[in-house]
Amino acid sequence: MLTSVTRIEKEIEARTEEKARLCYQCKKCAAGCPVSFAMDLLPHEIMNCVCRGMDERVLTSSTIWLCAACETCSVRCPNGIDIAGVMDALRSISLERHYPPAEPHVTAFHRSFLAGIRGTGRTNEPVLIGIYKLLSRRLLDDIGLGAKMIAKGKIKPVPRFVKDRSVIRRIFKAAKTRVRT
Amino acid sequence: MTYNYAYFPGCSQVGSAEEYGLSTLTVCKKLGIELAELQDWNCCGASSAHMTDEFLSFALPARNLALARKTGLDLLVVCAACYSRMNAAKARINSDKGLCEEISEAIGANPLFEGRIRHLLDVIVNDIGVAEIKKHVKKDLSGIKAVPYYGCLLVRPREFCFCDSTENPTDLDRLISALGVEVRKWSYKTDCCGGSLSLSRNDIVQKLVNRIFEEAFKSGADLIVTACPMCQANLEMRQRPGKLRFKLVHHMPVVYFTEILGLAMELEGWREWLKAHLISPKPLLEKIDSGGVG
Ligand code: SF4
Ligand code: SF4
Repeated sequence: MLTSVTRIEKEIEARTEEKARLCYQCKKCAAGCPVSFAMDLLPHEIMNCVCRGMDERVLTSSTIWLCAACETCSVRCPNGIDIAGVMDALRSISLERHYPPAEPHVTAFHRSFLAGIRGTGRTNEPVLIGIYKLLSRRLLDDIGLGAKMIAKGKIKPVPRFVKDRSVIRRIFKAAKTRVRT
Repeated sequence: MTYNYAYFPGCSQVGSAEEYGLSTLTVCKKLGIELAELQDWNCCGASSAHMTDEFLSFALPARNLALARKTGLDLLVVCAACYSRMNAAKARINSDKGLCEEISEAIGANPLFEGRIRHLLDVIVNDIGVAEIKKHVKKDLSGIKAVPYYGCLLVRPREFCFCDSTENPTDLDRLISALGVEVRKWSYKTDCCGGSLSLSRNDIVQKLVNRIFEEAFKSGADLIVTACPMCQANLEMRQRPGKLRFKLVHHMPVVYFTEILGLAMELEGWREWLKAHLISPKPLLEKIDSGGVG
């Protein structure tokens, strides 16, 4: 029986109002999770580790980065825990505590996505893909697909910009996590 | 009856999903939905913002909410991800005074938005109604067999779900069946396609996408209809095996509900929209055009 509330649980609660201790390990979240086959900890195991204060195990797991934020678990949890929200909090905490990400390509993608918005205010496919290829060092991935997308007009050569870019800069400056972009 | 909305197109609809943006404008015009595009809108941050930085995930949409506030209108969106992020930001900002002030300061405007944030599918099915839509149908689409694909963010989380169910929604089913399309039953309509991992872990995504197509085939469908540009792009891009990891090659077109509406109503431009697809819906359409269906 776990009696005390762990530090990481409190931190999650402060960010999301979700109480991991309400979890009674029914595994419904894991049963419906589309990505469970690739995870090193199943969603209910994440909850268990959180309740046991196993910070490092959770924050260095591949699970937090492979979770696709589909929210299937959140709508099905009999205790009303927004597990997807807990995953969001864990990703942020992991970055803030500077743990090496278990899925570097996934974090490279997020960094690229945000760097693109920071620079232009919009998401532009060529900018996103360009930065991602550099950060992930996967220069040759999807080359054929990319060519087809350009031919079909799906990748526009000229990026679009928000005119008021100073406001975008201010938003990023005020952001807490400072994902290195 | 006319409907007036402030309109947030979203990045995809002026980029990789331009056909969704164009078909939206054409369909809205025909149905009397007037759209005033937000001036100088920005990206909502999509998955990457909420997955890594809570403040960004609220502040980026907040600037758009501040723009919408000034219009005094409800806000219309067509991307399921934008729909979800804008609603999440609105809910949080309107209930967290401290965050609201912090964001106001960063964006130099008031982000408190009291209007509703609507998805176009909701407006068409639940406000205008399928009975009204039927009156606009010119082309007989019977003979097309389709499965509706909702994906995640039209139905989850529950507080932003406009559909009649989070597990077995029928809003899109009802709409396409009103066009004469034969709606096939399947149990994958709200299963995740893994869109946010499409570039970074396409091995995982191919498994998810392949399962969706296998089920669509088993149901007897020859078309998938969707209301999300992330799902559409992901399903189109990843249904062919990459690096020979999967034996199955699918070749099933995935279209937006606005495209099939435009086709059924014979609105100008539908041929052009459909040309932009990686998996061409052409063979299917030739069937319709030659009258060889139904
Ligand atoms: S569904 Fe909820 S209660 Fe059940 S194991 Fe998952 S988090 Fe715990
Ligand atoms: S939100 Fe994440 S953990 Fe929950 S079911 Fe979806 S992928 Fe799995």
